[in-house]
Amino acid sequence: MDKPVYNHAIVRSFVAWSVVWGLVAVLVGVIVSFQMVLPELNFPPYLTFGRLRPIHTNAGIYGWGVGTIFAMFLYIVQRLCRVPLWSDKLATFQLWFFNITIAASAVTLLLGYTTSKEYHEMEWPIDVMVVILWVAFSINIIMTIVKRKEEQMYISLWYMLASIVGVAILYLVNSAAVPVSLFKSYSAFAGTNDANVQWWFGHNAVAMALTAPPLAMFYYFLPKSTGVPIYSHRLSIISFWSLIFMYLWTGAHHLLWTPVPDWIQTLAMAFSVMLIAPSWGSVFNGYLSMNGQWHQMRENYLVKFLILGITFYGLQTLQGPMQAIRSFSAFIHYTDWIPGHIHMGTLGWVSLIAFAGIYYLLPRIYGREVYSIPLANLHFWLVLIGQLIYSVSLWIAGVQQAGMWHSMENDGSLTYSFMETMIEMYPYWWARAVGGVIYLLGLGVFIYNLILTVRKGKPSDDAVGQTA
Amino acid sequence: MWEKKPFLFLILATAAMLVGTIITMVLPFVWVNTEADRIASVSPYTPLEQEGRDIYIREGCNNCHTQTVRPLVAEVLRYGEYSKSGEFAYDRPFLWGSKRTGPDLARIGGKYPDAWHTQHMAAPTAMIPRSNMPAYAFLGERSLDTGHTRRKMEVLGFPCTDEEIAGLQGKNELDAVVAYLQKLGSDIPWRQAAQTRVVGELTNPYLGDSSVIAEGEGLYDQHCAVCHGKDLAGDIGPDIQDLDMADAELYQILYNGLPEGGMPAFDSLGSTRVWKLVNYLKYQKRH
Repeated sequence: MDKPVYNHAIVRSFVAWSVVWGLVAVLVGVIVSFQMVLPELNFPPYLTFGRLRPIHTNAGIYGWGVGTIFAMFLYIVQRLCRVPLWSDKLATFQLWFFNITIAASAVTLLLGYTTSKEYHEMEWPIDVMVVILWVAFSINIIMTIVKRKEEQMYISLWYMLASIVGVAILYLVNSAAVPVSLFKSYSAFAGTNDANVQWWFGHNAVAMALTAPPLAMFYYFLPKSTGVPIYSHRLSIISFWSLIFMYLWTGAHHLLWTPVPDWIQTLAMAFSVMLIAPSWGSVFNGYLSMNGQWHQMRENYLVKFLILGITFYGLQTLQGPMQAIRSFSAFIHYTDWIPGHIHMGTLGWVSLIAFAGIYYLLPRIYGREVYSIPLANLHFWLVLIGQLIYSVSLWIAGVQQAGMWHSMENDGSLTYSFMETMIEMYPYWWARAVGGVIYLLGLGVFIYNLILTVRKGKPSDDAVGQTA
Repeated sequence: MWEKKPFLFLILATAAMLVGTIITMVLPFVWVNTEADRIASVSPYTPLEQEGRDIYIREGCNNCHTQTVRPLVAEVLRYGEYSKSGEFAYDRPFLWGSKRTGPDLARIGGKYPDAWHTQHMAAPTAMIPRSNMPAYAFLGERSLDTGHTRRKMEVLGFPCTDEEIAGLQGKNELDAVVAYLQKLGSDIPWRQAAQTRVVGELTNPYLGDSSVIAEGEGLYDQHCAVCHGKDLAGDIGPDIQDLDMADAELYQILYNGLPEGGMPAFDSLGSTRVWKLVNYLKYQKRH
């Protein structure tokens, strides 16, 4: 049987660019974490925390997260369908348009052109670009699937398709706005409605950009790395459908105790708790796939990344529903616990899976073995330690500040002024900044390893036919 | 079946996502921002306030400040009356935020005089010694860009007169931000309702106890000196070197503030520390 000629050039480019944006995201993240403790590091008008923080989040979610997703999807879709990409030209357009869009986002955010909506700060011209980009990507993936030679669509493709539809719906609705000028628009919704739409978007962006795609990667790379199949196909089916059905109900758990109608808050809370089931369906599926294979945690560095990644996903999907419970939210919301939580997801879950995917791809897209496995292990430990210092210090900070905020004297007056609670945060913010620096070092080791792999790696026999 | 038909799969996946979307995101439009939500005293933003709001958005203030008070005991004590849906009917976009690196601002309007805000925005650490807020002095040096003001008001459907537009001449960006901050939460007559009613007799637990003076001085330096001066001789606030009033009366002023005089309430210090402040202030009286 003829082997189809897959397009690996585009995957190479997307890997390279997503890593560049990932470096930008972590670098800016480290800068803003130091601005938290040393306010003199703010240089107005452009380099203040208020303007840099959205650049950090958007470079992370869209540059690194979605960039990696593009790379992985374009690779996986060809392999699972056993056909080359439907259109190489469209994929090349997607690559350059993606980079232009991310760069334009960074520049406009730096200039203060922002809608203020979290994870959707870019103003309307960038929104238009994002839509064009997503359509180009979607058409290519869907047409490749339509033209496939493999009758069965595998698990990874379900998550991929769901994420394509989900992101499209979310992004379009939340970007509805009335332009005032080229870089200023007003949301189409007002007040409480705007809040409800925003967090329906904000939370489900986590579902459709930071949960479904990494799961698609996990379900593809875990069996590929270990050489054993996924434990249960039925469990994958149940987990998948219940996940995408339930996720959309939970946006309002970001708005507990706000003026959003109570019944929406209650629904969000109930569905958040129920979401533990499909999330943990995938976690168990991953763990049980490792039956009799646990020795690979020692022998195969890829498995370490993947299993730690899915473990953080498991922790994240317990902590998230816990925070969605009204009484817990009353205590912990608005404190540093929340950035601690989200970074366990981004640094722990999404990034570890992405690192594993990239390591796995290197021999297959460059035809060279990974330059140094000891360096890959060093990278693993650095990012793990960095992320743990980050999250744990902020959890403690959040509990302490919440305790101080809610503390009352016997006569019913408050014990602490706001500033007294904030001053107590400095040691934890320092710890967080240090954790970020360690993570950045880990990323540096990763990038060094990538560059040397491309330049000096031993030729590998995994290389497959490549288009020019 | 659906595992082999991509278009069927796409339709099913979209349908699965739309159920929760329609119920929790689309349906609420029927109830929110309707007559039932309306609060008569809440008015749209003036051109100056709206320009200030847009600068607040531009500088990303919402990354560190929330604008919604939750109906929780400590929260209502600290910030004031909890937020209602109707207060936000004119907010496009909403600015509730999700993180309180700095305090909530939903009730900041009228809490401090303009001069306090102007100084604080220009150099936060001058007012709040260990604040980590960036300094926004540059806003005071930039004249307000009014090129799109009229169009903004049209898009938002807010009333706007030629006089108001003309009145923006000579204003800088800081003036606009302060105008916006002073608007926040001031539409609702909640302060009067929230005046702390102290139960029982107000008696100074530290009467004649000079051991708390040092702590009172520390509190004064941290919370009061920025407005009344290090030596109590006055600056933004009046001279308070010769306070001639009963302990209970002074306690009431510190604890509840004087909204019309621009004196904020310091109830968030708790009663114990307010009494210590009373002792310190009374002790400074020159006989």
